[in-house]
Amino acid sequence: MSTRAPARHARRRISEEKTAQRRLALWLCAPAALIMLLVTGWPILYAVLLSLQRYDLRFPDERAWVGLSNYAAVLTDPFWWNAFWVTVVITVISVAIELVLGMLLALAMYRTLIGRGVIRTLVLIPYGIVTVVAAYGWRYAWTPGTGWLAGALPPGSAPLTEKIPGVAIIILAEVWKTTPFMALLLMAGLALVPDDLLKAASMDGATAWQRFWQVTLPLMRPAILVALLFRTLDAFRIFDNIYVLTGGAADTGSVSLLAYRNLIGGLNLGIGSTMSVLIFLTVAAISVLFIRAFGISAPGTQGERR
Amino acid sequence: MRTDRGARARWLAVDLLVALYVLIPVLWIVSLSFKHPSTFGDGSFIPRRWTLENYAGIFDNPDFTRGLINSIGIGLIATLIAIVFGTMAAYAIARLDFPGKNTLVAVSLLVAMFPQISLVSPLFQIERALGLFDTWPGLIIPYITFALPLTIFTLSSFLREIPWELEQAAKMDGATPFQAFWQVIAPLAMPGMVTTAILTFIFCWNDFLFAISLTSSNRARTAPATISFFTGSTQFEDPAGSIAAAAVIVTIPIIIFVLFFQRRIVSGLTSGAVKG
Repeated sequence: MSTRAPARHARRRISEEKTAQRRLALWLCAPAALIMLLVTGWPILYAVLLSLQRYDLRFPDERAWVGLSNYAAVLTDPFWWNAFWVTVVITVISVAIELVLGMLLALAMYRTLIGRGVIRTLVLIPYGIVTVVAAYGWRYAWTPGTGWLAGALPPGSAPLTEKIPGVAIIILAEVWKTTPFMALLLMAGLALVPDDLLKAASMDGATAWQRFWQVTLPLMRPAILVALLFRTLDAFRIFDNIYVLTGGAADTGSVSLLAYRNLIGGLNLGIGSTMSVLIFLTVAAISVLFIRAFGISAPGTQGERR
Repeated sequence: MRTDRGARARWLAVDLLVALYVLIPVLWIVSLSFKHPSTFGDGSFIPRRWTLENYAGIFDNPDFTRGLINSIGIGLIATLIAIVFGTMAAYAIARLDFPGKNTLVAVSLLVAMFPQISLVSPLFQIERALGLFDTWPGLIIPYITFALPLTIFTLSSFLREIPWELEQAAKMDGATPFQAFWQVIAPLAMPGMVTTAILTFIFCWNDFLFAISLTSSNRARTAPATISFFTGSTQFEDPAGSIAAAAVIVTIPIIIFVLFFQRRIVSGLTSGAVKG
């Protein structure tokens, strides 16, 4: 047939273009992919290897392979479990408060009639401010004698040196700094709720409260879940705030702080790496749990296109 | 427009509440930085004796000025490299069809969620072996790594919104795919790239864990890490004034970004992550 040859040509041209496209894509992605793999993939394997050794930089001669005994040491260590539960408590409470406050803030930013630009600008300040800087502010605010907030406490109390008040202040600092981020993510979710739907519900006699719970929230579910996942994982690696606020005094340290103290303070690479690996596994478990339980799909994949 | 005075008053109250939430902790640090050392102990929110001594002090401190230079230099270089590599990958993800796309997205997501403490011990060892410990590249490399997911997600969502017919038109006119990317699309992508660059810079500017773990002197120590090592000039002197003044200086660039790029930062933060 006379039409067959051009068709084959066209097909070949398409497949050539496809190959060219693939080659271009690989070249474009290679640097980013290589850097990410080299700087996270290889070191995490190396951390696993370090965790299987007795390796203390103060006693380098005693370096030896010890199998899983570092894991046994860490997992039977009350300090580890204390840090673990402190981290869990900080994560759960601060993310819960952030979700509620963040939702209120998102609604305010989205619906306010006046000063929308001003309020959205202001909210970015806690997001942008260096965590360590904000933490020093909170620390001095609660330091007896120096702080304006400490003055409100009964005399003689030093909240940053006690466990429960210390953890509460850590949560306060964490919530203040990260609620705006949560609010911005939630605001993007609010933008996905069609106004017509809310109007229709309103016509049908739904109160503002009912509209929020029965129309807005269900439609925002994906945005809420992604915001929760991001913030949970971020809160679980809390370090800067605790380092500055209490330095881990009175058992207020997180797992990240404990691992840091072992690694950089104690130069005990074996134990420190074991904690690093355990933190990595916990974070991985949290992500898998979220993805399994709620079916969150990664941004950029098919699930995004509705 | 119909203006409901009651609603306006209510929203004004809400705005005020948000303003107080944001500003009180910030103003407290500013106030502390202007307090005369003799009045640190008064616990007053507003300084009773104002002074610029604290600011003069930190700019006389070579560690702090060096820390600022390190922060700016490391932040800018890391941002630049992350944007270049991130744009390339984001273009591929947004526009091209290739095997391994989902893997790349998954890897980026993994890196975004990676607990940074897990890398401290291996990077500490590897960087000491390679001579990168306590150098600029020693911090730039991990910063690029952790900034890449952010740049890839944010940029790929920006790139999806570009009118791609223009690219086709350029190809019709004989441009190679690379030319079409570089000469037609890149300029259109500029706003998204600027936004992403700001977010990336803020991320690098904020880092503390790597800055204190992978440095041992003021050669590469960034400003937040330097601040945490401040001590009074004598054992009995409280460094609070110097820390507060340094804190204010470190916050100024952030305030400038926020004031000038508010809209872009909001759109950047909300575009990348949320549409899950």
